[in-house]
Amino acid sequence: MSDITITIDGREIRTQEGEYILNAARSNGIFIPAICYLTRCSPTLACRICLVEADGKQVYACNAKAKEGMNVTTTTPNIEAERRAIMEVYDVNHPLECGVCDQSGECELQNYTLEIGVDAQSYSIKDTHKPAQDWGFIHYDPALCIMCERCITVCKDMIGDAALSTVARGSDAIEAEFKETMPKDAYAMWNKLNKSLIAPNAGDTLDCTNCGECSAVCPVGALVSSDYQYTSNAWEHQQIPATCAHCSAGCQLSYDIKHTSIANPEDKIYRVKNEWNYVSLCGAGRYGYDFENRVAAKDEAAFEAAVAAFKKADTIAFTSTITNEEALILQKLKAKYGYRLINEEARVFKNFLDSYSAISGQKLYGGDLKQVHEADFVVSIGSALKTDNPNARFAMNNALSMNKGAGLYFHPVADPVIQGMSKNVTQIQHAPMMEEAALYLILDLFGDKAAMPSDLVTYLAGFHSTKTVTVEETVDEKVTETVVKKVLNEETGVEEEVSEEVTKTLKKKVSKEVDVDDNALFGLLNAGDKFAETLEKYLAKKEKFALMVGPDLYTHPNTANCARLVGLIEKYTAFSVTMIPDLSNTLGVAMICDLDSAAGSYSIGYNTAGDFTLSALGGGDLDMPALNQQEGTLTGIDKRVNPTNAALTYGGYVLNDIANALGLSARYTVEYTKQLPVSAGFKALEFDTLPNHYTNSGEEVRGYVMENMAVTTNGDESVAPFDAEAAVCGDVVYLANPVLQFSAFTARAHQLQSSGGLYASAAYMAANGLGEGDLVRVKTEKGQMEVKVIADGKIDGNIPYLPTFDSSINSDALFDGYRFATVSIQKV
Amino acid sequence: MHHEEPFKDRNVSENSAYYYVDIEAYPETGWDKFKQVVKRTFSGELFVGLWVVLREMIKFDIHTVQYPKEKLPIGPRYRAVHKLLRLWESGYERCIGCGLCEKICISDCIRMDTRIDENSRKEVTEYSINLGRCIFCGYCAEVCPELAIVHGPRYENASEQRAHFVIKDDMLTPLDLLKAGEQAEYPGFGAIIPGSDASVKKTPLAY
Repeated sequence: MSDITITIDGREIRTQEGEYILNAARSNGIFIPAICYLTRCSPTLACRICLVEADGKQVYACNAKAKEGMNVTTTTPNIEAERRAIMEVYDVNHPLECGVCDQSGECELQNYTLEIGVDAQSYSIKDTHKPAQDWGFIHYDPALCIMCERCITVCKDMIGDAALSTVARGSDAIEAEFKETMPKDAYAMWNKLNKSLIAPNAGDTLDCTNCGECSAVCPVGALVSSDYQYTSNAWEHQQIPATCAHCSAGCQLSYDIKHTSIANPEDKIYRVKNEWNYVSLCGAGRYGYDFENRVAAKDEAAFEAAVAAFKKADTIAFTSTITNEEALILQKLKAKYGYRLINEEARVFKNFLDSYSAISGQKLYGGDLKQVHEADFVVSIGSALKTDNPNARFAMNNALSMNKGAGLYFHPVADPVIQGMSKNVTQIQHAPMMEEAALYLILDLFGDKAAMPSDLVTYLAGFHSTKTVTVEETVDEKVTETVVKKVLNEETGVEEEVSEEVTKTLKKKVSKEVDVDDNALFGLLNAGDKFAETLEKYLAKKEKFALMVGPDLYTHPNTANCARLVGLIEKYTAFSVTMIPDLSNTLGVAMICDLDSAAGSYSIGYNTAGDFTLSALGGGDLDMPALNQQEGTLTGIDKRVNPTNAALTYGGYVLNDIANALGLSARYTVEYTKQLPVSAGFKALEFDTLPNHYTNSGEEVRGYVMENMAVTTNGDESVAPFDAEAAVCGDVVYLANPVLQFSAFTARAHQLQSSGGLYASAAYMAANGLGEGDLVRVKTEKGQMEVKVIADGKIDGNIPYLPTFDSSINSDALFDGYRFATVSIQKV
Repeated sequence: MHHEEPFKDRNVSENSAYYYVDIEAYPETGWDKFKQVVKRTFSGELFVGLWVVLREMIKFDIHTVQYPKEKLPIGPRYRAVHKLLRLWESGYERCIGCGLCEKICISDCIRMDTRIDENSRKEVTEYSINLGRCIFCGYCAEVCPELAIVHGPRYENASEQRAHFVIKDDMLTPLDLLKAGEQAEYPGFGAIIPGSDASVKKTPLAY
């Protein structure tokens, strides 16, 4: 990729070699109409409206790559005629229900019809009966669908569910006269459109992770959220730019708010929108928006009690679903009053980062999700990717599908969603506690052996042996034969027999004994017999490597060793390393707060249990605002400090009020934004100066990226060997959340309300004679509980899991830190 | 006869229709002012008016409209309190809930609540106009694509509460009146311009 100059409509612009003309034009503010193209996904070539003339030849701007010196014209009389015909075709039989359509003017069909100036119709075809369909979260009205296939494209190239495809429309053939009379591309586009409709692969309803991205990218009102249908017009909403509060991806979104009803003027969030060209949301982000804590007035008695409790307390326990500013307030209170700050999940993450820094020499990991998007070899270790951080999964899928990439997914829980991403992804279902072996494997395969510490090289060499295997090979063999031919003697006219020597090449299969390298790590990780060959195939022509590591490693009993191994990977391999923080602001909390491991005698619980509770979930001793009622910043996986704004009003007391009563002084919580510790990599910027948008070229202009401070290392790069005996065999239970859930906040949203249980795969339920809703007793070393069984079609294998989002199930109590525990599960 | 005056020519000239009115000079001294008062008081013009009244009174031919017993017909483009109409044949509400009236309203006084009904249609569950803010500009009627909201002929707005006029049930034609054929169509604001058919381009149909 090198910088080149091309000319579009007489304007010289700089772009990258191999960039699509459309993207080059867009990032330079030049308008080329395009309907079916999605940035970051592969060109579909359904709409054909992005026709341009490049060096005198008509090409599609969405799939023609820019070349040095290329001269592009965006309109010619012929292209104008094509575009006009294309828009007329799109308008054929399109129902005139714009007045009630949920797209309500945010419609690309409407926009382009007006832009191209279609004021009369030349084409017609008999309409077909296409009744609307309810797909659960999504409502599909095929009558409105223009078959741009953006939903199919985004689902396959970005999300990785590939849950949609085209089916036959069953309509009449286009009248033959049109083929002769209408512009060529318009006819071809119509021909394709006229043959198909969208349908879920699973049949009548969607079987996917319900991200709803298909409805976000729909240019018309064909795919809409079932919940939003006919409740409001788009133009009535005030859009509040914010950052998603649910996981560490920190996706940019906007809360669309409007008064609740005529009778109730209080604002309500109607839906969530996203810049789908640049950021994709998961279902929790899209549907889990109304988790607010409605508090109309200040409860002075509760506030007095809270201040008294803070004076009495010696411990503050909290979760990472708070803003950086609140974390700083807690840290300042600690500095002033010596509170112990308890946040186990952030503490283990911080410890992990510290151990990692001791080798890598930098405070934070080097990678981010953008690098994963750009990589062509992606590895994930220690994370239930699709639920820990859906955006990380989207990034991995996007890399696999767009960059001809390959991927390895190391996790004990089999995941059909990961498997469905690509044929070039292999799941390695190692036993729990074998994560270190996976890290060693990465070092072994990709480490720069010349630079790596010699102890490590020796240790890794110990896993290798030479074994002799019999391989079948096809070899070319030359065979010389004597053939007798009958040849006509031209002089005599008599047929004569002539002997001739002919050399033939025959393909022959030969069994051969060869010495091959045997890597014992493959076996230890249950990688399968053919793994060596698979890997060799995967690694052909790969240039950019990305590794994602997840919470399994932070809670691992040998977490420090895991972290050091990750540090070595960052240092001695080509991998960019990205760590997936557990919760929305785990990284921010870890960077801001000094966390303690042991609680004192009297604790304040903020969104968690305590002797006095502050809660944004309602039901606490003092109410707090939820993250959609607060302004502040959140630190996401990309090490970016993202601003978020209050979508809904909150009338009660906030943490800052308590801090002010305890002797700190700030009028608003966001006054702490510029005080965030610069030593940890934050910047001294005012909250109001932080931007929150994407540019036309897809550049993320949101908040700021934390500085990755250098850390002095002592040169000790020793790592402990792993204990293969520690691998957990037998029945195991995992600690994770189902798709669409992250915390008690997502479970509060009206579309996502559900109660948790023991989530199990169909195979597990069949093997153990369990049915949906059966009550089971789950018993581990730490305790036991009775929960109902819930079938989860999005996992495979024999490891069920317990959720953390349902506060009525105290799953944490059954685990000893590590996300896996040996378990016995009995039907009650 | 209709005579078009060149009013656009604002410059007074010989050709223009404008001319200077002959105005008596203003009195300047106190004495002149006094003389003007006396002249105007006793000139008898007062009695001209009194005579007209007396004459008409004794003729017993009074043209005064006996409001409220009697009401003058109002022009179709008069903009009084809004009404919501129904479709003649089916009796369904004409309003489809598109929200254009809400959007165009310059005093932001229209609100509606919509939902998806059992037949998967958009239903307007509640509709209100804040008459305290309405300036009766008629934009809502003009923008309405369904001739659903119109300005009715009811201009009597005295009530204990303005809200009494603008609850959906009050604005909507009652079904019994519709059946009795008593829903009036208004040729005023928002109605189709006569001769619109001629300007419609027909979309070709394949069948």
